[in-house]
Amino acid sequence: MLITCPYCGPRDVIEFTYQGDGNRERPDPVSQNFEAWNAYVYDRLNPAGDHNEIWQHSGGCRAHLRVVRNTLTHEISRVAFVRGDHGSAARPKAEDEA
Amino acid sequence: MAEYSAFSLLANALKGNKDWKPAWRKPDPKASYDVIIIGGGGHGLATAYYLAKEHGITNVAVLEKGWLGSGNVGRNTTAVRSNYLLPANTRFYEHSMKMWENLSHELNYNVMFSQRGCLNLAHTPTQFDDYARRGNAMRHLGVDAELMTPAEIKRLIPALDISSEARFPVVGGLMQRRAGTARHDAVAWGYARGADRRGVDIVENCEVTGFLRDGDRVTGVTTSRGDIRAKKVAVAVAGSTGRVMHLAGIETMPIESHVLQAFVTESLKPFIDTVVTFGMGHFYMSQSDKGGLVYGGDIDGYNSYAQRGNLPIVDEVMSEMLALFPGLARVRMLRSWGGVCDMSMDGSPIITTGPLPGMYLNCGWCYGGFKATPASGWTFAWTIAKDEPHDFNAPFTLDRFHRGLVIDDKGQGANPRLH
Repeated sequence: MLITCPYCGPRDVIEFTYQGDGNRERPDPVSQNFEAWNAYVYDRLNPAGDHNEIWQHSGGCRAHLRVVRNTLTHEISRVAFVRGDHGSAARPKAEDEA
Repeated sequence: MAEYSAFSLLANALKGNKDWKPAWRKPDPKASYDVIIIGGGGHGLATAYYLAKEHGITNVAVLEKGWLGSGNVGRNTTAVRSNYLLPANTRFYEHSMKMWENLSHELNYNVMFSQRGCLNLAHTPTQFDDYARRGNAMRHLGVDAELMTPAEIKRLIPALDISSEARFPVVGGLMQRRAGTARHDAVAWGYARGADRRGVDIVENCEVTGFLRDGDRVTGVTTSRGDIRAKKVAVAVAGSTGRVMHLAGIETMPIESHVLQAFVTESLKPFIDTVVTFGMGHFYMSQSDKGGLVYGGDIDGYNSYAQRGNLPIVDEVMSEMLALFPGLARVRMLRSWGGVCDMSMDGSPIITTGPLPGMYLNCGWCYGGFKATPASGWTFAWTIAKDEPHDFNAPFTLDRFHRGLVIDDKGQGANPRLH
C-alpha cells in the first residue's frame, strides 16, 4: 500500500503510523458532557467503504495527514494535511469526494 | 444422518466410502422461524446447536452468506487456551476449555482437540514477573498454569534459540498444559451436523440485506432468498458486525474491523509439539497434524474489511519467526490468508441482548474467537432462550463501555489496534 504524502510523494505504508479514525471529534476539554465524551472514546462508524482516517508520516516528514481510504479495497482517494484541513473533522461528504 | 463409529468407518471403508450421507441438509428457507441466526461460522452454528440441545428451540435457521464455515472459522490458527488475567475472561474461557475437552464426544465428530500446551515466552525479568502474576491469577480460579525456566523450555522446544546471542533472549515462560489446538473446519462441520439433526435449517448462500422492523422491534430479515420472519434475530457475524449493524440503522459501535493474516509452511517432519508465542513482538506458532507450521502475528493495524493483508506484516511475522527459530530460514511458506476481526474497544467480546428489541448480538472477538466457540455458542443460546445473560457472559454486555465496566485484559485502553 502506498500513501502519497503531500510533502514527500508516494511512500510505502511502512513509513506511516496509523493514528485511527479521523471522524472522531474531541469534545471541549472543559466539557462535562458525558455522552459526548463516551461517544468520542468508544463509538466508531467503522464503514465498509471510504473511511476518513489520520496517519502520521512518522518515517518521513512527520506530518499528520488526513487520508480517505477504502476499507474494502485499500484504495486511497484523498490525502491532505490535518493542519489547515478546516471543517473536515466531520466524516467525508459527497462534495469532499468530488 | 451419518453417525461415526468404529463400525460405520469399517463398513463404509469396505464399501469404498460410497455410502456416506451429507452431514447436513440444504433446505430452502421457510417463511418464518422462532430464531434466525445470521452467520454460519463457528459461533453461529454452536449457538444453533445449543439452542436445540439445551433449550429445545429447534425452529431455527442459520443464514450464511457464503458457504458454511467460509469466514473466520476457516481462517484462524486453531489455538485454544484460557490463559487470561481478569476473572471475567478467565471464567468464560475456562468454561470454553472444559467444553473443548469433551467436544468430540459431545458432537460424535472428531474435532482433533489436542492438548499440546501453549507457552508464552518472556524476554525480560519484568515480563516474567507479569506472567507469574497472570499464572497466579489463573490458578486462583482453578486454571492450570506453570512457570518454566529457559532450560525446561529448551527441552520442550529444542529448535528454539534461547542463547544469549538471540535478539531477544528467553528468560522464561508461562505454560498452560491443557491448552492446545483443534481442527477448525471440523468444529464448524460437527456443530452444523449436530444442529441439523436436531431440526435446525442451515441455509447457505443466503445474504442478509436488511432487517424487517415493527417500530423499533426487529421481526425478521430481508435476504437474497426472500424475506424471513422470526421472533428473535441473533447476529453472529464477527468481522462484519459493523456492516450488519449499519443495515439495522445502528451507525456506531464500540468496534473497528481489522484484518489479521495467518500463514502456513510446507509440511515438515515433527518439529514442535506445543503452541509457542513470542512475547517481545507478536508471533505465535504451532504445527498442524499435516506437518505445516501454522503461524501469525499482529493485525495489520488499520481498519479493513478486505480479507487480505499487506506485505509489511508478512515481513514482520517472518522476522519474528526467524528470531525464535533461525533454523527455519530456508523453509518455504505455502500459503497466507487474511480474516477480518471485530476489534472491540477493550479487547473483550460482546454477547448481549439488543441493541434493538428482538435482536441479540455476539461480536467483538478481536482475534481470539476460535477458542471461545463452544462457550460463546452455549452462553449466546442461553441469552437468546431466556432473554438474559448466563453468569458467564453477564459481564460482556454492549453497554459496559457506557457504564465504565470495561474488561481490558491487556490494559491498552480504547485503542482497538493494540488489543
